[in-house]
Amino acid sequence: MPPVSRGFLGRRQSAAAAGRLPPGQYETRDFPVLSAGPTPRSPLTAWNFTVQGANGRTARWTWDEFLALPHSTTTTDIHCVTKWSKFGTVWEGISVDTLLTEAAAHGVEPSPFMLAKCDGGYTTNLPLADVMGGKAWIAFMYDGAPLAPEHGGPARLLVPHLYFWKSAKWVRELRLMEDDAPGFWESLGYHNYGDPWREQRYAGDE
Amino acid sequence: MSAVVTPPRISWRLATVIDVVPETPRTRTLVLDVPGWPGHSAGQHVDVRLTAPDGYQAERSYSIASPPEDARLALTIERLEEGEVSTYLADELHAGDKLELRGPIGGYFVWDVALGGPLFLVAGGSGIVPLMAMLRHRDAALAASDTASRRRLPTRILYSSRGWDEVIYRDALAHLAESDPALEVRHTLTRNQPPDWSGFRRRIDREMLEEVAWPASEHPRVFVCGPTPLVEAVAQALVELGHEPALIKTERFGPTGGSV
Repeated sequence: MPPVSRGFLGRRQSAAAAGRLPPGQYETRDFPVLSAGPTPRSPLTAWNFTVQGANGRTARWTWDEFLALPHSTTTTDIHCVTKWSKFGTVWEGISVDTLLTEAAAHGVEPSPFMLAKCDGGYTTNLPLADVMGGKAWIAFMYDGAPLAPEHGGPARLLVPHLYFWKSAKWVRELRLMEDDAPGFWESLGYHNYGDPWREQRYAGDE
Repeated sequence: MSAVVTPPRISWRLATVIDVVPETPRTRTLVLDVPGWPGHSAGQHVDVRLTAPDGYQAERSYSIASPPEDARLALTIERLEEGEVSTYLADELHAGDKLELRGPIGGYFVWDVALGGPLFLVAGGSGIVPLMAMLRHRDAALAASDTASRRRLPTRILYSSRGWDEVIYRDALAHLAESDPALEVRHTLTRNQPPDWSGFRRRIDREMLEEVAWPASEHPRVFVCGPTPLVEAVAQALVELGHEPALIKTERFGPTGGSV
């Protein structure tokens, strides 16, 4: 065990909260904002969403076409690498499964890895398996209202089982890839996979 | 197949508190001896971990206040009323105590003299801490330089605080500016101003930035750190003033409703 901090008792979470908190996290009721640069603001008339296969085939939706796809509501806990967790957040969005199914009709074939690309230049990489099977969405509503720009609106990736930097804000494209390639934070010292339950915060964490 | 090379783990280290320096009524600086510290860049932070006798642990992140040139690591802690870790660091910890930490962390919100200038820094409240590391690094790196060299890295900082007593590093900032013709420090006090105050007395807005910031045509490197509403407003206004988003780096803390 690490050395005891003299005089530190700590403020225990409730048992219910403790069971929902990954190691090193604390619960917040706020919704903190973290991003590396200015908040991009693109008009919805110029917004579109692309899924590109490793074979170069693409499927693309305008905002109206995107909203016409079947969507669903999900309630989930989220965990930020900066230590806060927020319980029971409510999102509405389109399952990545739905997008991949639609894209397959355009000749986009699955690949083992994916890079999410965003307005403002942000990227993050994920194994495709982590965004399939009902585990990831492109969310455009939060708590019953359109997603605010500082929280990633008009649409962000939502992959709640990984640290929240993987849930890329202002997402515009999912690019499927044969080989893994690190995204923005993954190139700057953060963990390549980012499982909060294994406390994979930084590169080198097991 | 993975193209990602895994570097060594950022390991936990046991630091010793050498000194505790009061800064403002709500903040103080911990000066730490960290055996084996691998060095850092100005703007990076560390994770601090506290352990209770029964093994319960709490972790938080704190920006590094000291420049890479210092042998000792300085963290400036703001006491948050509800803060589980900050109240311990701000009230309980004293010289001679041990403190577990690991770092440095963060490879984006960093500045080094080699990156050049002009440099424009905008701070809100304790958001000054990583920016102070940049100013101290700049000063240390240019210590032997003449005025001409300093002028090649001209720097301006705009710092928003609620009142004059809450300005962190107030004297140190004044001292840096006095001895450096290429450094300008401007304050805005948003709630309480001394009777003779002649500086800004409102939240940072576009007009203030237009007056204080380097023009976009000079392509300054911009670092903004503070509560989210300040960072959002400043970054947005700078983009509207023509600054390239890619040159504006931001770091935010606190709930979305925080204010300075």
